[in-house]
This record gives sequence, structure tokens and C-alpha cells, in this order.
Amino acid sequence: MGSFIFKRSLQSVFSLVVLIILVFFLARMTGSPADLYLPQDASLEVRNQFNEQLGFNDPLYVQFGRFFWGLLHFDMGQSLQFSRPAVEVVLQAFPTTLTLAAITMPLVLLLSIVTGSLAAFRPGGVFDRLASFISLIGASTPNFWVAIVGVLVFAVTLRVLPTSGTGTPLHWVLPVAVLMLRPTGVLVQVVRTSMMTALSSAYIKTARAKGVGSRAIVFVHALRNGLLPVITVASDQAAGIVNGAVIVETVFGFPGIGKLMIDSVMLRDFAVIQAAVLVTALAVFIINIIVDITYALVDPRIRYS
Amino acid sequence: MTDQPLLDIRNLSIDFPSRRGVVHAVNDVSWSVNPGETLAILGESGSGKSVSASAVLDLVDAPPAVISSGQILYRGQDLLKMPRAERRQINGKNISMIFQDPLAALNPVYPVGWQIAETLRVHGVDRNTAYARVIDLLRKVGIDDPERRARQYPHQFSGGQRQRIMIASAIALEPDLLIADEPTSALDVTVQAQVLRLLKALQAESGMGMVLITHDLGVVEQVADRVVVMQNGHVVESGTASEIMNAPQHPYTRKLLDAMPGRHGFDPQAGVTDRTARPLLEVDCVSRIYGVLPGKALDAAPNAVRAVDDASFVLHSGETLGIVGESGSGKSTLARMLLGLDRPTIGTIRFDGKDLNAMSGAETFKVRRRMQFVFQDPTASLNPRMTIGQIVSEPWAIHSDVLPKREWRGRAIELLERVGMKADHIDRHPHQFSGGQRQRIAIARALALQPEVIVCDEAVSALDVSIQAQVIDLLKTLRRDFGLSYIFIAHDLALVRDFATSVIVMYRGQIVEQGPTVSVYTNPQHDYTKRLLSASVVHLPDAA
Repeated sequence: MGSFIFKRSLQSVFSLVVLIILVFFLARMTGSPADLYLPQDASLEVRNQFNEQLGFNDPLYVQFGRFFWGLLHFDMGQSLQFSRPAVEVVLQAFPTTLTLAAITMPLVLLLSIVTGSLAAFRPGGVFDRLASFISLIGASTPNFWVAIVGVLVFAVTLRVLPTSGTGTPLHWVLPVAVLMLRPTGVLVQVVRTSMMTALSSAYIKTARAKGVGSRAIVFVHALRNGLLPVITVASDQAAGIVNGAVIVETVFGFPGIGKLMIDSVMLRDFAVIQAAVLVTALAVFIINIIVDITYALVDPRIRYS
Repeated sequence: MTDQPLLDIRNLSIDFPSRRGVVHAVNDVSWSVNPGETLAILGESGSGKSVSASAVLDLVDAPPAVISSGQILYRGQDLLKMPRAERRQINGKNISMIFQDPLAALNPVYPVGWQIAETLRVHGVDRNTAYARVIDLLRKVGIDDPERRARQYPHQFSGGQRQRIMIASAIALEPDLLIADEPTSALDVTVQAQVLRLLKALQAESGMGMVLITHDLGVVEQVADRVVVMQNGHVVESGTASEIMNAPQHPYTRKLLDAMPGRHGFDPQAGVTDRTARPLLEVDCVSRIYGVLPGKALDAAPNAVRAVDDASFVLHSGETLGIVGESGSGKSTLARMLLGLDRPTIGTIRFDGKDLNAMSGAETFKVRRRMQFVFQDPTASLNPRMTIGQIVSEPWAIHSDVLPKREWRGRAIELLERVGMKADHIDRHPHQFSGGQRQRIAIARALALQPEVIVCDEAVSALDVSIQAQVIDLLKTLRRDFGLSYIFIAHDLALVRDFATSVIVMYRGQIVEQGPTVSVYTNPQHDYTKRLLSASVVHLPDAA
């Protein structure tokens, strides 16, 4: 397992380098930050001075070299909008997003595995139809719409929940609920399908011939076999949240990485964009390693060597 | 306990309602089994033999199935009137069951020891006692080093061992009755004999009743006391094993016995191989070694696996060469090399004097026309989206100079009729046909280019006995009419004996014996051939 993680890390370093290069140059194609940070009527001289000071007048390869050299020293440059080190800005926003993901994903998994398994137990039954119907709605309703309606109903009309911001546990209710919607909808369908396959396997017949009860058949015999596709899709959904739940964070004014990235793109805050992409890419890489290890734990036939 | 049977099934009917009307899968079926007795339920696929036995353990999915009438009396109690929870108490404890494919029947993600212990735990045995019993049980069914192996997973065992593990789990609570649904069909012949012996020994020890569901007359002959023959959901005949085997009354039973390979003398028509005929295919010192890089020395690869090891043989024109061997013997690897799907690591394969692997692309293309193939699974080898006409004509689309397009349809119909299909089948799709019919279609496709050799890789293994016999008859007719040569790869010795003119026996990658069919079967030289022959039920009464 150790050598597997090492090999995977090496592969990932390569992808990370390519990603960094892409982000560096793509961000600079959007234009000069001077247009945004200086008054519109700023003279050419002032602009030049601004660019000169921040190094934007140097050729791109020089800028890239400087950036890369800094990267090797864990220095990602200064944020233009906050006038602080970009890494600091990113690492301040990231825990909020991580917490959001850490609350959302376990709830999503619990809800979808239980619902999907019960639906698969009697395909075509009342519960199955209801679960399929609701999960389809969950998977296909736009996030921003639910978020806004949620604010209108629970915050404005009923006044039971705050509209936005952080602070109390109540502030987390709406964002987590909205964020759960799509992954839960998708996962219920995945769990249902893979559990139906598992439940029609020969080993289920064996278990029934042994006299094993229905609950153990579903949650002991079928579930572990039905879990592999669920892990794949769930990790994908989790990566999506870690990458920044942009819409939810924006609507609810949540100071997470998604909101930070959008703001930084708008303000051409290159250093922050680069740092944010690097940090989230690392997080996704870690999620993938965890998923690979989980595969091996769930299915003894999978061994990495 | 008077003379009441252990299990008594009376007038059982099970229906499957479908859109096209009700299918009577089991129709007014009655049979019974006594303690210590082995009852075989014999039938082909779709006969209802598995469904009726599954009903005993409440394993029939209802819905969609409906048990419309009848009784299943276990020690005089009607199981069908019992609540589910009570039946679960009986399952595994009083009546247990093992299945055809032990790899599928064991849960892949739990250790085998855990799975055997589950049977005990479900019925109230505590964890530690259960674990100790598991070790005893594994030893009893012949698994070495049970303490270590109990912690391993199903994929770490061989097919025979897996079935032994299933048996250990089934006998854990010393049931009165064991139902075995095709317990040896997925196993190699020699392993099959061992598993049957184990079941018989366990039965002699415990006095349990056994119901053996099978399509294999050889199995019936080896272990059954009484036999029930089923066809299309009905019991057509029942009696003692010797009555059924020696004096069958019902025409279906007679047909089944007649179709069973290995029951007749050697086919006089097949004759012997004409050694003076033109050699068509020459396999010369061929090895296929995995784990060796091309161009590297062999001894530099200690983990190399010799799937085929130094095989040499010649196929003469008009010859039918049977290749027999168990799983892992290298027969499929050899077939893949003949097909050009794989290359020999060492050695050469020559077709009509030319080295297959030294040929140019154009030459290979031409050779392909003269050598065609029929695979094991006709469902998988026929494209489900193409019509039968398209499937049979496809070779002409690839080898465009053979037949002008306007003649395709007529020729395809001719070929279909040749293999016993009808002209109006041409616009249908594969799923509309039975397994036997699909294999006929695959044969028609193989004939399209008028080949000289057809390689059949387990071409009839997936078919029922009576269908198998029909397809073999077809292959024989084609051999006579077109002077075809066959390479017939199979694990069924009796089948090869009835069809091949000469035989190669493969064992662990090596050819251990080869020669004319009659001499290999009547006077085997190699130990392995002898073992293979004694394990399989090849009748040789009229061979001498």
C-alpha cells in the first residue's frame, strides 16, 4: 500500500505542475489588474508604475519563473485585494468550505444509502417510486433557485433561520440543506441501482437459504458489495464541494474558498487564484487517495501493489 | 418417525404471470425424499427442476412467481402454510442448499470462515463456539490448514475448494436434508468426482436426505438412489436410478439417455485420421509464456508462467482433432494462438506450410478465410443489434471479393437452411432464438467463407444435452458434405470421444497424450488421462 501511495503521488505531482502552468497563463489572458485597481482615468504613467512595481511588465516567462521559484519556497505571492500573502488568504477561507463538506457529505451518504437500499429492497413498490421521484427532483433542481427560495421561505417569511453569514449553528442549516440536495438525489439513484444488482446475486440466495434475516441480507450481505460504485460517485460529489460550493457560498455570503475564487477572478487577483487552485487540487488529490484506500477496505479482491 | 417421507412435495404448481400470459414453470409436480436417500431431479434448462426445489427454501421470488397450488410437507408440516419467520428457522438448520457456481454463491467481500460461521450464528450459536466449529467443518470437507484459510476470501480458493466451503456451510448444523442445485456443473471432471464423493461420504455419516438437481446423467448414475425426470414443468417419469437408466419408459427420458454422449460405440463414420492426407495446420514446439519480455532470456524471468509448454501436433485435412483438458490446462491459450489472437513465445504455427506469424497482413487476411471459429457462448458472439441475415453475411462484407452483394441474401438463406434454420429467420435478431439455434447461426456464419478448418472452442458446452447432440450431428454432417476439418476444444471427454477422430490431452500447459480417439480412450498411457477417464462417466461397454 505504501508504494502504491508513493506512485500515485508521483503521478499527481505531474498533473499538478500542468495544472499550475495552465492556471498561471490562463489567468493572465484575462487582462491587466491595473484596469481594475486604478481609477479609470489613471494616466499611462501611473499604470506603468503600478505594473512595474508588481512585476507585470516583465515578460511572461520571467513572471512564471519568479512564481515557480516562490512556489518552491511555499511563497505564492501577495494578494492584490487584501495586501496579505495569498496563501494566508486561501488558508483562512478553506476551513469554512472543508467544514461545509465535512457536515454535508456524511449526511448525504447516510440519507442516500438508507433510502436507496430500502428502495432497492422492493423495486417498484410505493417507497421505491416515492424515493425515485423525490431523488430525481433533488438531482435536477438548480441549486441557486432552491437557495433563494429557501432564504425567502425560512428566513424572510417564517423568520426561523438567518439569511446569510456565519456565527451560530443555525447559519449552517440552509447552506448544508441546499448543498445536500443534488448529491443526495444523484446518490440515491446510484445506491438503488447497485443495490438491486447486489440483491439479485447468487450469494443473496445462499444467505436466504442459510436463514439470514432480511435486514442482515440488505445491510450486511448486499450493501458492502453495492458500495463500490457509490464510493466513486460520492467522491466525485465531495470533490465538487471542496472545489468551492460557489453558488451556495455566494448566495449565503459564506466566506469559503468558492466565494474567494470567484471574487479573485473578478478582481484579477492572480496570486490568490493560483494559491486557491493549488490548495483545492491538493485536497482533491487527498480525497482520491482516501477513495482508493476505501476501495481496498470494502472489497478484498482489490489490492494495490 | 414412521415411514413418513422427510420431504414430500404434493401437486406443486408455480406460475409466472407475464404480459404474454401465464407461464406454468412447475405444473402439478410431486416427489418425495426419505432420510438417507438421494433423489435426483433430472431435466434440461426450463424444465422447472430448480424452481420446484427452490420453493422448499422459500427462495422463489414471489412476486412475480405465484405458488398456485400444492403442498410442501417437511416431516408432515406444510411449509407453504408457515409464516416467513418460522421458515427462516428451518432454512440452514434443518434443510440447507448449495448452488451451481460456488464463486457466485459465496459473498466475495467476507472471509469464508465468517460465512460458514454465519449459518451457525443465525441459528443461535455463539461466536466462539461457531468459530471452533468452522475449523472442524473446513477440515472435514478437506480444506488444509483451516485456521489460516478460514480468514481468506472466496477468490483465493479454487473452484472445487469453493464448493467444499459451500458444503461446509450447508452441513454446519447437521441438517436432515441437503438440496444441491447442479453442485458440480461448474467444476472440472476430476474435481466433480471428488465433490460427489465428499457429498456421499457426508451423507453416509449423517444419514441426511439429499436432493440433487442436475442435467448430467453421469452425476445421476454416480450418486442417485431414485430419479425424477422433469420436462417443461411436468414430472414425466420417476423410479429407481437403475430403472431409469436401464429401462426408461417415457419417450423424453429415452431421448435424453440417447443424446447423452459416450453411450454409444465409437462412431464408425468418423473413422480414423488419414495420416497421409495433406497437413493443414502444423503446430511445432509452441510455447506461450507469460511474464517474459520479448527478446529477453527465459531464465531471467523466474515468475514466468508457461500457459502452453512445448506443444506440437499436426491437423490433417479431413481430420477432427479433439483437445481435452480441464480449466487452466492451456487449451484456450492454444486456441487463441491458432486464431491469431495471441502469438507463441517460442515455436511456429504453420497453416498450409506457411508460418502464421511471419505472414504479411494481406496473407493473414487470406488465411483467415480458410480458418473459421465457433465460440462457446453464442449469446456473446452474435451482435445483438444485427439481424441474422447481417450476421451471416458479414464475412462477405469483409472479404469483398467472395460474393457479389446481390447474392448475399439468397446465399445466407441457403446457409441457414443448411444448419437447420428457416428462411424467414433471416430478418430476426439473435435474442429471438434459443441457445441451440444461436449456435447454429454462429456455425452458418463460420461456413459463409467455405473454410477448410473450423475451430470450435467449447462450442456446445453451454447447451442442453439433447441440443448438444443435435449440434454435434450437424457438425458431423457438415464434415461429411464439405470435407471440413475441425479442432474441437472441450472439457467433456465423452463428447470428444463421440466426435473426434484423434485426441490431444492437455494438462498444465503440456500435451500429455495424443493419438487416435479409439486408442487414447481404450488404452490411455499417461496417468492424468487415466484419472480423467475414470473420473468422467464415459461408457465403454461396446468399445472393445
